[in-house]
Amino acid sequence: MSIEIRGLRKSFGEKEILRGFDLQAGENEIAAIVGPSGVGKSVLLKHVVGLLRPDAGSVVVDGTTVGESHGSALADLRRRIGYVFQFAALFDSMTVAENVGMGLRRAAGWTPDRIRARAEACLAMVGLEGMGSRRPADLSGGQRKRAGLARAIAFSPKYLLYDEPTTGLDPVTTTSIDRLMLRMRDELGVATLVVTHDMTSAFRVADRITLLHEGRAWFTGVPAEVRSSGDPVVRGFVEGDPGLYYGTGAGEPTAGRPR
Amino acid sequence: MRPTATPHRTATVGRGLFGGLAAVGRGVSGGLAGVGRASRLGVAAGRSLGKVGMWAPQLSPQMARVGVASVPIALFIATFTGIVMSLQASYTLTGTIPLYFVGVLVSKTMILELGPVLTGLTLAGRVGANISAELGTMRVTEQVDALETLAYDPVAYLVAPRVLAGTIMFPVVALLAVTVGIASGWVAALQLLDMSSAEFVKGLRLFFEPWDVWFCVIKSVSFGFVVTSVGCFCGLSTRGGAEGVGRSTTRAVVASSMIILFLDAVWAAVLL
Ligand SMILES: Nc1ncnc2c1ncn2[C@@H]1O[C@H](COP(=O)(O)OP(=O)(O)OP(=O)(O)O)[C@@H](O)[C@H]1O
Ligand SMILES: [Mg+2]
Repeated sequence: MSIEIRGLRKSFGEKEILRGFDLQAGENEIAAIVGPSGVGKSVLLKHVVGLLRPDAGSVVVDGTTVGESHGSALADLRRRIGYVFQFAALFDSMTVAENVGMGLRRAAGWTPDRIRARAEACLAMVGLEGMGSRRPADLSGGQRKRAGLARAIAFSPKYLLYDEPTTGLDPVTTTSIDRLMLRMRDELGVATLVVTHDMTSAFRVADRITLLHEGRAWFTGVPAEVRSSGDPVVRGFVEGDPGLYYGTGAGEPTAGRPR
Repeated sequence: MRPTATPHRTATVGRGLFGGLAAVGRGVSGGLAGVGRASRLGVAAGRSLGKVGMWAPQLSPQMARVGVASVPIALFIATFTGIVMSLQASYTLTGTIPLYFVGVLVSKTMILELGPVLTGLTLAGRVGANISAELGTMRVTEQVDALETLAYDPVAYLVAPRVLAGTIMFPVVALLAVTVGIASGWVAALQLLDMSSAEFVKGLRLFFEPWDVWFCVIKSVSFGFVVTSVGCFCGLSTRGGAEGVGRSTTRAVVASSMIILFLDAVWAAVLL
């Protein structure tokens, strides 16, 4: 049970976004992907559920090569993956509870009552108890994000992909989302990829952190290695120093030691 | 006398003309490619009808939206068209041809042309724009992607019920419009012209053929299919925020209106 990304390449027209990205995440593991805005973190994550297909390289989830599977095989794989969208992507024609139950509706053995109970339970997990009957448009940005999270965990997936789950949330809610991520890992043993800008959150939850820079996994290491890294790009990003981050120009990616 | 001027200008005009033709050619071939892709989407929707569980729950709300909600505007248009047809027919025919031909003209034109085509064009605006804007917004806000990650097939879940609803409901609305249009023409003939009911009905019956009704149904089935599949196609291929949604909505209405008029001519050539 694992997510394996090897040599992933993706361009949009002339723009090369990913240029040979590698990453692994196994059972009980949270891999954080960090990097500044626009480097291709969301693009990377979309390859893992097959919303985008690679130009070269491969993404293998649970033994299935995502880019090559179609139809019902892909749908089966997607039922094992929960995806938290950066901007929530809630269905605005439905209530919040219907959103959360959406993935369960077509699954065997899920009666409407059971779905409703599960949706309530998932909403409670993200701190939205009693908000099930509201419309997404009536929620705040942070609440919408958490509703998206509830929708992703409703099916008890084996893999969870979070696209910036804590961006724009207050520190208290951020901590509770971080705890939820850890809980999902510890209780369900999910393999997690989390994309984030937020280094505090990354240090708190990640087993390994990968810095996405120039389309590659520039540095991969446990949080302590990231903290103590002498690599100017890594230091520039962690300390938020543009001079250090951009001042380096091209160079070979530093091989971080996997744990 | 400047002998060099003329060839120079001809060359420029030639280039301009050629450039213009090339642009038209590109537009036409791009448009045809789009029509091809849109009808492939419609066919894919047809194939996905096997996944009954995906589209069936959506069908009746979509039929209500596409069909029932379009009835008032379709009938409004049909009523006035019927009246105008009746008055103009009598104006044209008076003094030359017996007045009961008003009944012939109103009924034939309503059934063969104005009923299906006016309804089609109206619904291209109403239904096509609605579908395109809705699916376009879902696309740019990643709701379509979200459906996919939840293991839904967007074609079966979003496209199939809409195309099916359009294909079923367009003929129903068109037949209603035809009926109301003829009735209003009849009333106008009685009230505003010096015609008796018997005269109008005589004209109505004179050239009536059941095949005409089938012709009307076939036309509006094809219009329903086109308007909804083009709307779905334009919506799902939307890019770039609110502006993109606006663009694809305009495109859906213009393209499906043009295809309706084109198909109208094709059906007339093939079926009559
Ligand atoms: N479908 C697409 N077509 C064309 N270009 C795209 C597409 N999706 C993403 N891009 C481009 O790829 C680049 C990376 O986008 P991406 O959304 O992955 O950034 P990101 O790292 O997630 O940034 P942020 O942290 O701001 O969310 C951007 O320059 C974007 O314009
Ligand atoms: Mg992003």
